[in-house]
Amino acid sequence: MSEPILQVQNLTMDFGGIRALNKLDITVHSGEIAALIGPNGAGKTTFFNCVTGIYKPTAGDIFLTPGKGEKPVSIKGLKPNIVTSKGLSRTFQNIRLFPKMTVLENVMIGRHCRTKTFILGAIFRTPRARREEREILLHSYRLLEKVGLAEFANDFAENLSYGAQRRLEIARALATEPHLLLLDEPAAGMNPQETEDLNDLIREIAGEGLAVLLIEHDMKLVMSLSQRIFVVDYGSRIAEGTPEEIRNNPAVIKAYLGE
Amino acid sequence: MITAKDIRRILLVSGWFMILTFPILGMRVDPLSDNIIWRLKNVMWVGIGTAVLQSLPHLWLLYLSIQAWGIRLWHHFRGTSPHKIVKKKAHRDSLINRVITNPRQRAIVCAVVLLLTIIYPQVVNEYQINIMIMALLYIMLGLGLNIVVGMAGLLDLGFVAFYAVGAYTYALLNLHYGINFWMALPLGGLFAAIFGLLLGFPILRLRGDYLAIVTLGFGEIIRVVLENWTELTNGVAGIVNIPGPTFLGLGLTPSQKILYLYYLMVLFVVLTIFVVNRLQDSRLGRAWLALREDEIACQAMGIDKRRTKLAAFSLGAFWAGIAGVVFAAQNRSVYPVSFSFLESAMILSIVVLGGMGSIVGVIFGALILILLPEYLRELSQYRMLFFGAILVLMMIFRPQGLISVVRRKYDIDSIKAEKKEGGA
Repeated sequence: MSEPILQVQNLTMDFGGIRALNKLDITVHSGEIAALIGPNGAGKTTFFNCVTGIYKPTAGDIFLTPGKGEKPVSIKGLKPNIVTSKGLSRTFQNIRLFPKMTVLENVMIGRHCRTKTFILGAIFRTPRARREEREILLHSYRLLEKVGLAEFANDFAENLSYGAQRRLEIARALATEPHLLLLDEPAAGMNPQETEDLNDLIREIAGEGLAVLLIEHDMKLVMSLSQRIFVVDYGSRIAEGTPEEIRNNPAVIKAYLGE
Repeated sequence: MITAKDIRRILLVSGWFMILTFPILGMRVDPLSDNIIWRLKNVMWVGIGTAVLQSLPHLWLLYLSIQAWGIRLWHHFRGTSPHKIVKKKAHRDSLINRVITNPRQRAIVCAVVLLLTIIYPQVVNEYQINIMIMALLYIMLGLGLNIVVGMAGLLDLGFVAFYAVGAYTYALLNLHYGINFWMALPLGGLFAAIFGLLLGFPILRLRGDYLAIVTLGFGEIIRVVLENWTELTNGVAGIVNIPGPTFLGLGLTPSQKILYLYYLMVLFVVLTIFVVNRLQDSRLGRAWLALREDEIACQAMGIDKRRTKLAAFSLGAFWAGIAGVVFAAQNRSVYPVSFSFLESAMILSIVVLGGMGSIVGVIFGALILILLPEYLRELSQYRMLFFGAILVLMMIFRPQGLISVVRRKYDIDSIKAEKKEGGA
């Protein structure tokens, strides 16, 4: 088995008296597509928020391997921008693009943590700043082509269709050069054709050596994409396994369909 | 359309206003004869005025529906579809924005405007030049605040504090150490920027209304300190006899000094526009915009919120500080009263009226808000009334400001060409 890229151990998150995550163990290996499923309110998005630093978890450990052959580092309690710079990026369940910026600029924001130009470089447009700006532009445009949004480059992000906005979020996340990509319900609100395209896109991304962990309710998509599935209910992991194993797991069937 | 319900409400509100204003406007005690003089006519006018004001929105709706009906009729007779035309219109940028986005037209317009500003003091008198210096000063302040409010989306109601820091830096350093204008200029900017950082640190976590309240308090603190720290700042009496800017050690006559200050201001404003324009299209400028749009997504995409916010605060403050030094040099004196909350409100109005985030908008905003009151001095007692009315009307009809922001459009063909070169 290949090396683990994300190791989450005993992750617990309390909101006041409510335990949203209860000693969750999840390990994602490099290059694989894994899925996190569970009924509404099971704590899937909370898990993403804890891992990416938006919430500070109550207890537990989170380790990320920032690149091939490197030692895992703890990312628990780090600021979101630091976590991103270590190679973990995400999309949001309720799309969080920058609506009043152009499509291309949205992706260019993702390049922020891989570039350096600050105040003086921007004012004097030093050769290094110019080079960096061209690099940002080319890289971002290439990503737009990859997700099929190149023709909308100069439109405002808010004018894109729903499915296109979701793909733009993926492009923006890819611009940060992640090793692990967290996708929060990428197919929500997509029509069957768009879901089909998304399926191909995620496969393509994973083919380039990226690990992907996705939250998704579209079971067809989950079963066809993922090599491993984690099932969460009431903040606890109730099952882990291949799609085949999950499909026949009595605990999972109980969680989804009731007694 | 006005329905019976609307009329009833209008009458009710008018009546209520008449009752409310009755004790103030409706009666007066004549101290000589100890009689009450009834002035029912005033109350009647209040009622009528309130009713008219209330019916204005209804009349506007009526006008809109008549217009829509007319357009339908027009298309009906011409046999065209009304929807197509409307769509076409919405997609066109305003004239000014089309000029800005076209590099050649922009260069021509910039050259013409620059030429006009250079000729301007030769054709008008000193009084007019002084007013224009004031307007240029506010353009600079507006552009500074535009970084904080327009781009980074941080509502700052105490911006005048940095302006004050700049002005007093020059006044005090000159008083105690005899530092001249040119040395004070960068120092004033720097001190203001440091104050921007100092204010920035504690309020990094705040947003929106909370941020506005804290910055408002900060602005007042600076003013109150200036007023009461008499040993250092000479309190409300202010600091006088500040020398104007020097020019290579030459002695200038008063009228030459004004001219000199004017050209200096033009230079500073051009410089400010240049810098703000470059920042706007840079990595940092994009980060500011992203911060304004969505703070959480911004952080999740790897932007350091703290660094970006502090950069916005200190850069905005830097320009205010420089404007402050020039202000002190122009007036030859500084008083705490020049840095009241009203100034902050004025600068904010310039940015909002002009169009948040738009450089051209801020320039227009400053020219309108500073020059109009000067040229309408006869109407000065109605100034605040007009001011309020303009802002209310703007918020109703053009909430995005006079000039809405255009985002830079990247030349896709050139990107493609370069990509091929790079790939080959």
